[in-house]
Amino acid sequence: MRQDLPQPTAGEMQPLIERHLQKEGPLLPILHSLQEAFGHIPQAAVSLIADALNITRAEVHGVVSFYHDFRDVPAGRHVVKICRAEACQSMGGAALADAALERLGVAWHGTTADGAITIEPVYCLGLCACGPAAMVDGELVGRVDAERLDTILKEAGA
Amino acid sequence: MKIYVPLDSAAKALGADAVAEAIRDAAQAGGKDVQIVRNGSRGMIWLEPLVEIEHDDGVRLAYGPVSVADVPALLDGSAETLGPVEEIPFFARQTRLTFARCGVIDPLDIADYEAHGGLSGLRRAIAMTPADIVQEVTDSGLRGRGGAGFPTGIKWKTVHDTPAGQKYIICNADEGDSGTFADRMIMEGDPFTLIEGMAIAGLAVGATRGYVYLRSEYPVAIEVMNAAVEAARAAGMLGDDVLGSGRAFDMEIRVGAGAYVCGEETSLLNSLEGKRGVVRAKPPLPAIEGFLGRPTVVNNVISLATVPVIFERGAAHYADFGLGRSKGTTPVQIAGNVKYGGLFETAFGMPLRELIDDVAGGTASGRPVKAVQVGGPLGAYMPRSTFDTPFAYEEFDGQGGLIGHAGVVVFDDSVDMLKMARFAMEFCAVESCGKCTPCRIGAVRGVETIDRIAEGDADAPELLGDLCETMTDGSLCALGGLTPYPVMSALRHFPDDFARSREAAE
Ligand SMILES: Cc1cc2nc3c(=O)[nH]c(=O)nc-3n(C[C@H](O)[C@H](O)[C@H](O)COP(=O)(O)O)c2cc1C
Ligand code: SF4
Ligand code: FES
Ligand code: FES
Repeated sequence: MRQDLPQPTAGEMQPLIERHLQKEGPLLPILHSLQEAFGHIPQAAVSLIADALNITRAEVHGVVSFYHDFRDVPAGRHVVKICRAEACQSMGGAALADAALERLGVAWHGTTADGAITIEPVYCLGLCACGPAAMVDGELVGRVDAERLDTILKEAGA
Repeated sequence: MKIYVPLDSAAKALGADAVAEAIRDAAQAGGKDVQIVRNGSRGMIWLEPLVEIEHDDGVRLAYGPVSVADVPALLDGSAETLGPVEEIPFFARQTRLTFARCGVIDPLDIADYEAHGGLSGLRRAIAMTPADIVQEVTDSGLRGRGGAGFPTGIKWKTVHDTPAGQKYIICNADEGDSGTFADRMIMEGDPFTLIEGMAIAGLAVGATRGYVYLRSEYPVAIEVMNAAVEAARAAGMLGDDVLGSGRAFDMEIRVGAGAYVCGEETSLLNSLEGKRGVVRAKPPLPAIEGFLGRPTVVNNVISLATVPVIFERGAAHYADFGLGRSKGTTPVQIAGNVKYGGLFETAFGMPLRELIDDVAGGTASGRPVKAVQVGGPLGAYMPRSTFDTPFAYEEFDGQGGLIGHAGVVVFDDSVDMLKMARFAMEFCAVESCGKCTPCRIGAVRGVETIDRIAEGDADAPELLGDLCETMTDGSLCALGGLTPYPVMSALRHFPDDFARSREAAE
């Protein structure tokens, strides 16, 4: 998830697309592979995918834009996802999330000006018996309180 | 010395990896012979990381919650134990059928799985005719645990009776409901059970291919399930010749992309095909025209993971548990503001009050319980006056609620029900697939209308009621159709929270 990476070339993207072509319903696996490698779905990937799957670019774009997971621009260096769902709210999750947004000076899905942190909402991480819950660069954190949140944000460079 | 440290997401989120590492380091430094097993969770989340030390007599003593600082005492025997893990009251009073092995075995060790009853269901099914397999599931009374409670045997029979060159078994592991984590726990703690259940389903309906559609928010489950599928293939449990039966079944794990609506079965099928996750109109039923237009069983993780124990012990044994038409057990997930949160598998029929006041021990905050939401974001908010309701399909329906995927989220008296109603509408607006106007636009209007109530607009409550009616009547799926449940139940049962701001405005 790096904003400073150069845009990938067709040669770099092609193998990640071809790897999935034998699958039934290959589009989501392709998009996951591209996003994992490049932190987003590069604009140039859309026509490569459309050609490989024999569908229109509009169809590819329609799928990319439907799903919350796929980004068209890279995230910040660290991605903090905070659970907004009901069980976490019952443990004070909403106030915690508000505090994080205020401290970073961004809205949901926003990235701090220095590119350090992107903050995303998530609707349940399956940690509903130990909320409020968060995910920091893919690592799960339970029972997040103000202090723990402070540590998380500091470590991420806020 | 054998030490169990869970690899479960909740245990990890509370520090289990660091504890496992500290145990390894300390054992090495002290020259101790320690075998660390990363097991699933026992489901007592308030005790996680819950570490177990196995003694020579086979008894596993529990310690928890364990932090890195506790590790030296754990290894030199001076740490205080909670006693044998299976005697902890929360655990001892459960009926564990689906979750019998979860937390007990090494999740990726097939030999361990078999030693604890694994594969005996599949072996029995292999010796049966497909029609008899379907009948056994029907006789067990198993109903879909994904939410709708549709009889699993009937669904399988439809697919069985529909001729096709290729059929599919698709496991719905999208588990998007807040307050639910049973699918996650079984996939992390006993993945072979799900694989075995899918293989039995394949034999029953004549499907040779399966997919698990697993949400991307569950990275640990994705890793464990992928490893389990490989191990199952290597052991001949999957492949061209399932356990030497001469019949084929193989499967693949597919990862979702963060859309709640993709838990709806037809949206899921579109997503799996690589399309936008828009809901399809029914008919055709997925059982007749499902994945790629072929007959497809779509079942929830827990429905499929319960199939092996039904075949191991027999349909009658399973059907003996439960209440009325709610047969067998259900893994109740106790979540939110509770003292003892976690997974509690029990026969259908336990009154809500017992689950909340007794099993869950009331709130974590120590304040009174104000409301519980059962069945995820589309479930009703229930006040204390409804707590005598037995936990079962028809009984909840009678209260204008639903048990859904059996998640129970508890709120103390600090909750503002107007805010929760607003959140329900907001969630529907964010997650709507966009196909129906009442859902896509109605939910946005719902948020605005609730904001008007908060500002003291006296006409707004009636408007909200009308809007909810339109959503109920005009939505294709339960996202738009049931969002009125949490909204209207909040308004009906907790009018003060909707009036307070109005008074302030007057
Ligand atoms: C908006 C929406 C979300 C759903 N999410 C899930 C889910 O995450 N998991 C699930 O098993 N069923 C979910 N369902 C129910 C499925 O459509 C379907 O009924 C279920 O997968 C069938 O399996 P079962 O009979 O084993 O329950 C959802 C339904 C709706 C309307
Ligand atoms: S009710 Fe909402 S989510 Fe369901 S099909 Fe209609 S628009 Fe899509
Ligand atoms: S509601 Fe936050 S983790 Fe489930
Ligand atoms: S399109 Fe579904 S209600 Fe209008």
